[in-house]
Amino acid sequence: MKSLESILANHPFFEDLKKEFLELITGCASNVCFKAGEFIHRQHADADRFYVIRQGKVALELCPPGRNPITLQTVNEGEILGWAWLVPPYHWHCDAQAVELTRAIALDGKCLRKKCQEDHDFGFELLSRILPILGQRMEATQIQLLDIYGSQQKN
Amino acid sequence: MNPINSDPVVPELLKIHRVIREAEDTFTLDLLPPDKTQSEYSPGQFNMLYAFGVGDVPISISGRSSQSGGWLHTIREVGTVTRALHRLKKGQTIGVRGPFGKGWPVDLAKGKDVVILAGGIGLAPLRPVLEQIQSHRDHYGNVSLLYGARMPDGLLFSQDRETWRGRNGIQVKVTVDTGDRDWRGNVGVVTHLIDRVKFDSLQTIAMVCGPEVMMRYSVRELQRFGVPTNQIFISMERNMKCAVGFCGHCQFGPSFICKDGPVFDYPSIQPFLEVREL
Repeated sequence: MKSLESILANHPFFEDLKKEFLELITGCASNVCFKAGEFIHRQHADADRFYVIRQGKVALELCPPGRNPITLQTVNEGEILGWAWLVPPYHWHCDAQAVELTRAIALDGKCLRKKCQEDHDFGFELLSRILPILGQRMEATQIQLLDIYGSQQKN
Repeated sequence: MNPINSDPVVPELLKIHRVIREAEDTFTLDLLPPDKTQSEYSPGQFNMLYAFGVGDVPISISGRSSQSGGWLHTIREVGTVTRALHRLKKGQTIGVRGPFGKGWPVDLAKGKDVVILAGGIGLAPLRPVLEQIQSHRDHYGNVSLLYGARMPDGLLFSQDRETWRGRNGIQVKVTVDTGDRDWRGNVGVVTHLIDRVKFDSLQTIAMVCGPEVMMRYSVRELQRFGVPTNQIFISMERNMKCAVGFCGHCQFGPSFICKDGPVFDYPSIQPFLEVREL
């Protein structure tokens, strides 16, 4: 059976991460599994975790009052889920629901934050990996808002 | 490829063999061929379709009909002419000029990996590429189709996508901007799918077709993954009228989209894409 550290080391998000940092992360990690349809987190709840998806698919959803939920984005194998654990007040901004059986490594947000504060190099390394993903997701949302498939032909 | 009529500005009259509904606002016209020897085309070329009394519109050829042997044109109903074309029935006649323009580099892609990025109706001009690859699958390396649409009910050619995926080992990934309750697939932008398929970036030919915004982001992502710019091809769309470079309606910088395109290698068109006024 693979150790948590080797699973994390082979995940694209942690590619080429220093061994000492990987050990710090592994200390906050645990294996989790979600059935299809199961909620991984709910909007406004405490964001105390950060997930590294190993297998499966997760839908990030918003549920406006009185309306059906809207899927904003799906997160797949090889990607990460959750950034709200990093930013006060540490509450989830949307729901996350497993679309199919999803296996992940859960990282304790509080534990990670403490380690980031104690070791700024570690914190910087982690942020350097998370921020580009946040940037890409924000840009993706902007493109979705443009409704680019709305009309191409004019004739 | 020679146009069906010796005078490229005179339309040939072709009968509609059938009208296929593809999505709520999208349909395919299956046209009876004028003559089997004259209905050749290259993937990516377009025809001018003329709805009598209304006007004409450039529409890419989306394949060859297995029923009629003629051209298929997949059309999205968004304006006066396309609405008029949608009202036509089997047995009625339209005017057709073409095929025109430069198509996709299917020969250049031989021996290489191929990444095809399509957005919305942009899958239609790329379908002939996938059909050609399918017929000569061993001539190509890893082949991927990354396809994005607005909503699940706007996704085109579901049967074809299953065939490409199943029989020929083509990697097919689909995403939508907005899912519905029944959608279990991906939600997000099409460029997000690039890292989910296998390709050797330096040995890849990428073909991109869709809204211009989507193409720009796609090119940027392909570059980020290491695909050389001169191996990226995009299909441009402008207001084509004569289709043979006489009228100048589709002039784009020094090029005419109708005769120098619609497919361009990215470096040749890139400087003009960044000019706001063009």
